[in-house]
Amino acid sequence: MEKTYETVIGLEVHVELATKTKIFCGCSTEFGGEPNTHTCPVCTGMPGSLPVLNKAVLEKAVAVGLATNCNITRNGKFDRKNYFYPDNPQNYQISQLYFPICRDGKVEIEVEGEKKFVRIHEIHMEEDAGKLVHDSFTDTSLVDYNRSGVPLIEIVSEPDMRSAEEVIAYLDKLRLIIQYLGASDCKLNEGSMRADVNLSIREKGSEEFGTRTEMKNLNSFKAIARAIENERERQIDIIESGEKVIQETRRWDDEKGYSYAMRSKEDAQDYRYFPDPDLVPIIVTDEFLDEIKSRQPELRDEKRIRYKEEYSIPEYDIDIITNSKKMADIFEETIALGAEPKKVSNWLMVETMRLMKEHDKDADDISFSAKNLAKLIDMVDKKVINGSVAKEVFEKVFTDDIEPEKYVEENGLKTVNDEGALTKTIEEIVAANPKSVEDYKSGKEKAIGFLVGQTMKAMKGKADPGEVNRILKEILAK
Amino acid sequence: MDLMSLTAVELGQKIKNKEVTVKEAVEESLRRIDALEKDINSFVTVDKEGALKQAEEVQKKIDSGELTGPLAGVPVAIKDNMCTKGLLTTCSSKILGNFVPTYTATAVEKLKEAGAVIIGKTNMDEFAMGSTSETSYYGATKNPWDLNRVPGGSSGGSAAAVSSEEVPYALGSDTGGSIRQPASFCGVTGIKPTYGRVSRYGLIAYGSSLDQIGPIAKDVRDCATILEIICQHDDKDSTSYSEAASDFTSALVDDVKGMKIGIPSDYFAEGIDPEVKEAVLAAAKVLEEKGAVVEEFSLGMVDYAIPAYYIIASAEASSNLERFDGVKYGYRTADYTDLHNMYKKTRSEGFGAEVKRRIMLGSFVLSSGYYDAYYVKALKTKALIKKAFDDAFARYDVILGPVAPTTALKCGESLSDPIKMYLGDIYTVSVNLAGLPGISLPCGYDKNGLPIGLQLLGQTFDEKSILRAAYAYEQSRSYKRSPIAERGL
Repeated sequence: MEKTYETVIGLEVHVELATKTKIFCGCSTEFGGEPNTHTCPVCTGMPGSLPVLNKAVLEKAVAVGLATNCNITRNGKFDRKNYFYPDNPQNYQISQLYFPICRDGKVEIEVEGEKKFVRIHEIHMEEDAGKLVHDSFTDTSLVDYNRSGVPLIEIVSEPDMRSAEEVIAYLDKLRLIIQYLGASDCKLNEGSMRADVNLSIREKGSEEFGTRTEMKNLNSFKAIARAIENERERQIDIIESGEKVIQETRRWDDEKGYSYAMRSKEDAQDYRYFPDPDLVPIIVTDEFLDEIKSRQPELRDEKRIRYKEEYSIPEYDIDIITNSKKMADIFEETIALGAEPKKVSNWLMVETMRLMKEHDKDADDISFSAKNLAKLIDMVDKKVINGSVAKEVFEKVFTDDIEPEKYVEENGLKTVNDEGALTKTIEEIVAANPKSVEDYKSGKEKAIGFLVGQTMKAMKGKADPGEVNRILKEILAK
Repeated sequence: MDLMSLTAVELGQKIKNKEVTVKEAVEESLRRIDALEKDINSFVTVDKEGALKQAEEVQKKIDSGELTGPLAGVPVAIKDNMCTKGLLTTCSSKILGNFVPTYTATAVEKLKEAGAVIIGKTNMDEFAMGSTSETSYYGATKNPWDLNRVPGGSSGGSAAAVSSEEVPYALGSDTGGSIRQPASFCGVTGIKPTYGRVSRYGLIAYGSSLDQIGPIAKDVRDCATILEIICQHDDKDSTSYSEAASDFTSALVDDVKGMKIGIPSDYFAEGIDPEVKEAVLAAAKVLEEKGAVVEEFSLGMVDYAIPAYYIIASAEASSNLERFDGVKYGYRTADYTDLHNMYKKTRSEGFGAEVKRRIMLGSFVLSSGYYDAYYVKALKTKALIKKAFDDAFARYDVILGPVAPTTALKCGESLSDPIKMYLGDIYTVSVNLAGLPGISLPCGYDKNGLPIGLQLLGQTFDEKSILRAAYAYEQSRSYKRSPIAERGL
C-alpha cells in the first residue's frame, strides 16, 4: 500500500525594521548611497567602539510582538553570535539567544475557509551584516558596511504549517500586521522580508517529527511554494528509497527549480553565544509597554470588521482593499475627503486593479493621492465629466497623480451641458441614420445604443450619456 | 627647575600663574623621554610634533582665559589601548602595528577639552593581557626602581612614565589590577574607578564587563583631580553611569575619624610576602591612630576570584579580539591562499603567545557543552563575590589590604610560569569582578628598596571614601622618587 506523507513546516522570517537610524549607532538606514558612506566606528567594528541600543528598534519589535499575541520579555538581553566573515565587521553579530524580546505568540491564518493558528516561538532583535562585492576582473572582494547594523527582527514560528498554502497565508498575515504597524515595508523581492523554510516530512498520523532541512534564498511567494513542493518530493524520494534525510541547510535556485546543500549539521559552527557585556539589560517597564499598546494602530482584522459595519461594501471588496495598508489608507482618506465609500471602493476595485495589472505594480506601489481620487469622484458626481472621461482622467491620476480639475480644464474634457447644442447634434445624427431610427421605431430598442454612440462620438465623448439618451428618446418619440 | 618632579596639579598651577609656559613643560617632558626611553621603554609612540603643536594651542587658550582648569597645559601619557585620532594606537600588538584611529576615546577627549597635552602612547602588555608589561610586541618596559625588574602591568608603561618623571601623570586601564598593580610596583598612585564611572568608548576592549580607565599619578590629589575630569557620563557607552556624585577633590580632607575600615584576614593568610604584610598593616595602624575604626574580618570567596576572573575576562576577550582579522585595519599576512588562510595566518602572526593563550581559553569556555560548566559558573561566582563585598560594605566604609603579594618581580620570571603570574592578581581581580573602585598608593619599601602598595576599596560609586582614607594616610608620609628620577639626566 502506498504511504501518505504529511509535510511539517516551520518558518524563520527576517524583517528589516523601518527605523531612521541603525540599531546600535546613529548612522542612516537609507538604502543606496556610495559604499561605506552610512558608516561610523560602531557599524564598521572599529577597535574601542561600543553599541548603544536605538530605542525605536525596541519599540517596533515590541509592537510586532504585541500584534502577534506574544509575551514581551521584561528583562531581556543581547547576545553575541561569534563567527568569522568579512561582511560582519566585529566577527560577531549582536543578536538575542537567551532572552529574546518576544515569546509564545500566535497568529490566525485561513486557507480555503479553514482557520488555524500558527504559533510563534520567539521574536528576537539583531543587526544586519554588510554587503560583499566580488570583483572577478581584479579577483578581489570589497565590502560595503552601509547595511551593517540595519535593525532586523527574526520571527521564529513553531512547526505548525502543513502546506505551501498555509506558509503563504502565514507570511501574508505577518506582512500585513507589520505593514499596518509601520514597522517595515516587508518587501520579499527587495529583501526587507526574508523567509527561511524548515521542512520535514512524516507518515500521516505519526506524532514524531522527521529530520528537517532549512531552505534559504527564497525571494518570492512563488519561489517559496515551488521550493516547498520540490523539497517535499525530494525528502519523500529519499525515504522511499530507504535512506535518511540529512539535517542540512540548502539553497534554492529558483531559475533551475532545485536546491543544493550548503552545509550539513556536522560542519555547523559553534557560535559560542554569550551575553554582550557592552549592552545593558533591556528593561521593558509597564509605562513603556502601555505606551506602545496605546500607539498600536488598527490592524487588518479590526479594519475588516469596521468596514463591514461602517461602509456596507461587499466582503470581497473589503478583503482586497485591506490586503494592503496602502490601499486601505487611500480608501479611508478618500472617504474622509467626502467621497461615498461605495464609489471609492469601485474605483479601487475596478480601475485601480486593472491599471495595477497593466503596469505590473503591487498595491504597495500605488502612488496617487486620496485628494486627487476624491476630486475625480466629485467631478463625476457633479457631472462635470462623464464616466468614460473619468476613466481616462483616472489613468493619469494613477500614473502621474495629476490634479483632475486642472487636467480636465487643460484638455477640454468637460461635459457639454448646453442642451441646445446637444439637441442640434442629435437631430443631425437622427437625420443621418434613418435605418436605425426605423429599427427603433419598429421595436428594436437596441438600435438606440447605436444612435447614442454616434452622438457621443460627434461630441468627442464630452456629453453626459444620460442626457443624450433622454433627448434622443424625446426626439424619436415625436 | 625640575618640572616633571612636580605633581600634575602643581605644574598646572605654575602654568596658570605664568611661572611656566606649556611649551616649557612639554619640552621638559620630551627631553626626559629622549634621555630615559632607552632604559625604561615606557612609550610605544612619542608624538613630539603633535605635542608641541598642542602646547601652542593650549597656551593660547589659557592666555585668553578659555582654559582655566587645574590641568590645563600639563602633559599626559595615554596607555596605548585608548584610541587617539590620527595617532598610532597599537595595544602593544603587532596586529595593530599600523592602526591609526579615526576617532578619539571619550576619556582622552575629556582630558583634551581640559587642556591636557598628549605626549604619546604608553607601552603595555599586549591587549592588556599580563601583569608585567613584558608581553608587548614593542619590547618590555623596565621598572624605574630597578631596571632588572618589571614595572607591573598591564599599564606598566603608564606607571613607569610617571615614576621616572617622563610625564606628571598618565591614563591606564584596569581589567584585573592593571592600574593598581603597576602603580604599586612603581611607587606611584593609581585608581581603578567603579565600573561605569569612566566611559569605555574608544578603549580597545579586553574584558568588556571588567575594563575601566583610570589615572596614574604621583599622589591622591592628582588622581582625584584627573578622575573628576574624565568621569562624565557618555551616551556612547551604554554601561556608563551618570547619577553618582563626582566631586572627588572635596573628599581630600585629612580626617578619618569614625571611618570604619575592614581588613580581610583572608588576604594575609598565605602566599603574601612578610614585608608586604608588615607595611600594609602598619598603614592600617596609621589610619587607626588618626581615628578610624579598624578591624579584621573574613571576606570569603577569595580562592574563587582568580579562576572566575580568567574565565570571564578570557571569554570576553576571545570575542572582542575577533575583529582583528586583517580585513579592515591593522596587520595582514603577506601571502595567503584564501579567506580562511588569510584569517589564520594573520592572527597566528599578529598575536603574541599570551593573547593566543587567552583567546583559546576564552573560546573553550564559551563553546557548546562547556558554556554552563565554565562561563555560567564563573558568572555565578562573580555574583557571589559581589555579594561578599556587599556584606562587608554593610559594616565598613573602606576595605584595606595589599595590592599584590610581592613587590616587583625580576624580568622574565613570570613569562616562564603564567600560572604564577595569574596568582599575583589575587588581591586585585575580585575588585573588577565586583565592579568596585580601588586605589593603590605607596606604603613602604622592602629590603631591596622596592615600593610596596596599599590598596583601599570602596562600595560602588563611593570613590570619595577611599580618596579620603588614602589622602589622610598620604599625609603621614612624603613622596619618594624613583632612583631614575632622583638621579637626574
